[in-house]
Amino acid sequence: MVAVFFAYFALVSIVAAALTVSLRHPVHCGLALLTLLLHVSGLFILLNAEFLWAVQVIVYAGAILVLYLFVLMLLNLKTDERYLHSSYPYFVVPAALGSVYVLFLLLQSPFGGVKGDAPAPAILEGGDTYAVGIKMFSDHILQFEIVGIFLLGAIIGAIVLAKAPRTMGDMGGKR
Amino acid sequence: MVPLSAYVAVSAVLFMTGLLGVLIRRNFIIVLMSVEIMMNAANINLVAFSHYLESMSGQLVALFNIAIAAGEAAVGLAIIVVVFRGKISTNVDEMNLLKW
Repeated sequence: MVAVFFAYFALVSIVAAALTVSLRHPVHCGLALLTLLLHVSGLFILLNAEFLWAVQVIVYAGAILVLYLFVLMLLNLKTDERYLHSSYPYFVVPAALGSVYVLFLLLQSPFGGVKGDAPAPAILEGGDTYAVGIKMFSDHILQFEIVGIFLLGAIIGAIVLAKAPRTMGDMGGKR
Repeated sequence: MVPLSAYVAVSAVLFMTGLLGVLIRRNFIIVLMSVEIMMNAANINLVAFSHYLESMSGQLVALFNIAIAAGEAAVGLAIIVVVFRGKISTNVDEMNLLKW
């Protein structure tokens, strides 16, 4: 059963990614990206990461994608006649070869290693959100604070960049 | 039971698709969307290894990765708005002011 769901989520995410890259109209690309994000969140469910599923749906599909769509509507883009780079065939073949090579390298790896301290039954006992919270506020508290500062900087940067510039006549004069 | 290599294979294919999108598309917004595809591929990898190696840290890093993706989208789209205001275009080929 899990394999069936995995095959569905994996296939649809790959197809949606290909559509995001290849569709001509930017809004259609945004909708394909939405499909990709929702199916990736399905993969998170299969991996016992319910909290990340919620974060993916709320933050990615809810906030980031809406931001993209707002900008698309705001700019009112016309579809370009030539929407691909002029020499794109030269990139397609290296990308295909690259993915085959990466797959080859990954499948060579034994995927062994040191097991951590959070096996699936221990996580399921208190829930994934509980486990994430305990881990975040004990071992990863510094990263948490750094992400807070980073988001503050991103907010200030976005506001400063997108603020409408004052015209020359307004400079130093009364508003 | 789905093996770990299946998740890693999906993530590799998604990453290469996103990289291809960054390289071949000429619309700046679609280029940013391709970066989001690559970040999602990295997140799948992190969560899959976190599950199969029974450690919680992978999920935490994926969580921080999503936060960073949100910041990146906000700043990137602000840059697009600024560039569009001056040039009426989001074509990456026409943004060459900072080229040497």
